[in-house]
Amino acid sequence: MQLTVWTYEGPPHVGAMRVATGMERTHCVLHAPQGDTYADLLFTMIERRDRRPPVTYTSFQARDLGRDTAQLFMDTVRAAQERFQPQAMLVGTSCTAELLQDDPGGLAAGMDLPVPVIPLELPSYSRKENWGASETLYQLARTLAGPQAPAPGGDRPAREGRRPRCNLLGPTALGFRHRDDVREITALLDRLGIDVHVTAPLGATPADIARLGEADFNVVLYPEIAAATAQWLQRTFRQPYTRTVPIGVCATREFVHEVAELAGVDPEPVLADEGTRLPWYARSVDSNYLTGKRVFIFGDATHAVAAARVATEEFGFQVAGLGTYSREFAREVREAARRYEVEPLITDDYLEVEARVAELQPELVLGTQMERHIAKRLGVGCAVISAPVHVQDFPARYAPQMGFEGANVLFDTWVHPLMMGLEEHLLGMFREDFEFHAEAAPSHLGGTGSERSRSPEAPAGESAGNDMEAAAPGDGPQWTPEAEQELRKIPFFVRGKARRNTERYAAERDIHPITVETLYEAKAYFSR
Amino acid sequence: MDFPIIRERGQNEIFCGLTSIIWLHRKIQDAFFLVVGSRTCAHLMQSAAGVMIFAEPRFGTALIEERDLAGLADANEELDRVVARLLERRPDIRMLFLVGSCPSEVIKLDLQRAAARLSQAHAPRVRVLSYTGSGLETGFTQGEDQCLISLVPELPADTGSAPSLLVVGSLADIVEDQFTRLFRAMGIEDVRFLPARKADALPAVGPGTRFLLAQPFLGGTARALEERGARRLEAPFPLGVEGTTAWLRAAAAAFGVDEPRFHEVTAPAVERARAAVERTCEPLNERRIFFFPDSQMEIPLARFLRQEAGMELVEVGTPYLHREHMAPELAQLPADTVLSEGQDVDRQLDRCREAHPDLVVCGLGLANPLEAEGMTTKWSIELVFTPVQGYDQAADLAELFARPLIRRAKLRV
Repeated sequence: MQLTVWTYEGPPHVGAMRVATGMERTHCVLHAPQGDTYADLLFTMIERRDRRPPVTYTSFQARDLGRDTAQLFMDTVRAAQERFQPQAMLVGTSCTAELLQDDPGGLAAGMDLPVPVIPLELPSYSRKENWGASETLYQLARTLAGPQAPAPGGDRPAREGRRPRCNLLGPTALGFRHRDDVREITALLDRLGIDVHVTAPLGATPADIARLGEADFNVVLYPEIAAATAQWLQRTFRQPYTRTVPIGVCATREFVHEVAELAGVDPEPVLADEGTRLPWYARSVDSNYLTGKRVFIFGDATHAVAAARVATEEFGFQVAGLGTYSREFAREVREAARRYEVEPLITDDYLEVEARVAELQPELVLGTQMERHIAKRLGVGCAVISAPVHVQDFPARYAPQMGFEGANVLFDTWVHPLMMGLEEHLLGMFREDFEFHAEAAPSHLGGTGSERSRSPEAPAGESAGNDMEAAAPGDGPQWTPEAEQELRKIPFFVRGKARRNTERYAAERDIHPITVETLYEAKAYFSR
Repeated sequence: MDFPIIRERGQNEIFCGLTSIIWLHRKIQDAFFLVVGSRTCAHLMQSAAGVMIFAEPRFGTALIEERDLAGLADANEELDRVVARLLERRPDIRMLFLVGSCPSEVIKLDLQRAAARLSQAHAPRVRVLSYTGSGLETGFTQGEDQCLISLVPELPADTGSAPSLLVVGSLADIVEDQFTRLFRAMGIEDVRFLPARKADALPAVGPGTRFLLAQPFLGGTARALEERGARRLEAPFPLGVEGTTAWLRAAAAAFGVDEPRFHEVTAPAVERARAAVERTCEPLNERRIFFFPDSQMEIPLARFLRQEAGMELVEVGTPYLHREHMAPELAQLPADTVLSEGQDVDRQLDRCREAHPDLVVCGLGLANPLEAEGMTTKWSIELVFTPVQGYDQAADLAELFARPLIRRAKLRV
């Protein structure tokens, strides 16, 4: 048993719903008790979808348990089939029905439905949302495209007088900027002379899934969701797939080379006209202050690893910490962490993440909505780079993360909190002014919070093993009033680091109380 | 009363009882609600709680994992460990509710026994109680009923002979204070509330207790209180000016407050509230309203909207119809009002589209899709999170229904 208040990922059936909801002409029946319909609101409220998810629940209750829940399931499938007339039917269970062992897959297969039935095994007590989405896409491809598989051996049929074409794999409903990434990458491929054959699951019908094997290669946008399917397509249809996720200018350039190679087209015209401002903005002298900013990165594995590269190569930041909640992709994150010489953090416990952020005192956090709140509490700027999503992650404007336009979006989004921090400091120079006294919280971090409310107190206080109090100012060593005064003159966004370094310096040398001299000795000692 | 009732079974678009923790944990300020459940339960809670989840909520989920199911770890030992750690980190907690979920019920984890064991282990600092919030047993507001049922045996015995008034069901603090002032002005001094704001200030109950239900979803709690000798005062629910007056009058009658005194106390509030309601209700007059089932508040709300706002009732859905407690409400509805109990959401949507009402009251899963089809909707969840009971909230209640219509009329895009 694990105690939690908040989870980065939902259960695996929510992943299956993200696939089904992204698709057209597909329906999903979930064997699930009353109450599990809450998941509909993720799509209708967070993503503001104008249609209900194509999901029917059996909504069984206690009184049904004594009777025949298997019959209830079959009746529900039959009614859903008649009402919605999908091209394919997904069937699965949520956590409770999994314990009933009614075998929905077997039951539905025996019902002689007029459309293909795709049974889903979604182990709720060991797997999570992204795994569920990946498994659902994989089972859809196997069931629907599998029958079109060519005989083993031999080459792929020659391309006859047409443009090369690829599938875009991975985007789903409720994905972090999936909608805009698809548009950006489709346009990029078009400029290269490559057609998108099928985008899946977002916008695909079951008939489209059946045509996946007709493309020349696959573009894997989100490996957490599409890698398993791409590997199967490679084995079955001998379709190669891309390994580069085009987030950031450098990765997008590599991606252009990679797809050009797979498609046999010339990448140079596109590379000669990238249409991104990031490289120039990063070189612009006003960006000098970004140099060496210590950044903490946490998210799904793909976005976290990509962000670490962009942060170092395109912003000139220093990666202070890197982690993911995607255990399935922990290896990739560990490798990346080695490159940046930081300790990888693989966890789905946000309290551990909070403790790490408090310990590292970064100047910027790139994370999920949870890290945004953690950063707010700790008084650090933050930009959101990854799911889990929030209504804010579905902006009205076009805001991809991928491709050259995506790089422009990253530049604006990541620099904004730092710019606000700088502005706050400049205003802070008038700190004797009644509006800008030292206790006032930076206005861009939520207005009225006092210094105390931003201090890293134990948050929801559940999981043991992390000791937030240790990092809290005030509990630690004694400072002389003059030294405290001096500390306050340091801009708030580096003040925490200065306090921590000074206290560490003092502790190691057994200096107490800490004086103004200690502060500057420590500063000199730790200066790069 | 013989109402045409549509009774349906099928997919229902109603939260499970766990969701009521979201207001209960705010109400009982030193209690913690520990759901013993799955990742789905935790995900539901964070989805329903929204941003509240980031503000140190006094609830959490003990996630049942594969090894708990496989018997590798004794689930009870695991639970003891989780609770010990939780209480160690939260010294402010005086009462802990172990809340059962669908999976904990299916695997037959005996939380009542666990609560007794843990209560002993952590006495006297913390009392540990248990109830079920599972979707198998409860829908949405029934979670509060179960929680209060678990509290009833904990209430101290009131052996005195003087009558006392107990108001049952979570109300916003501000509403409680308004009611307390009104009762005191009538001369009813001894007014208690269940749930209490503090776990160690539980109201005493006994044969002298007369209780008023402030919420319409507390069938089990009422029965449990009656078993302890308390007597229920029959009344409509305190929604709208008329509902509030009738509700207060039931107490006044039981406590021997004479009519002139009652009138003197309530008249200023009634006058003020009527004027405000009248102003707010203008856009609602003669509009047709359709209720999807959600909280069991639908029938009293329908009564208010018809009686005081002049709305026409197309269909009034309720997840469960408690005939006895609802009798004073039903008596005020037109005899041809279409009621529905339970839900088959696809069929109900068919009926709703067919009727094309002016306003649809529904859950968050249905609201945007119906708006996209051209209907105007009111999220039902707001009705349980907003203080709407009593005189001074009557206009706010009307406003909740009027706003979507006003907004639709404003927009030109």
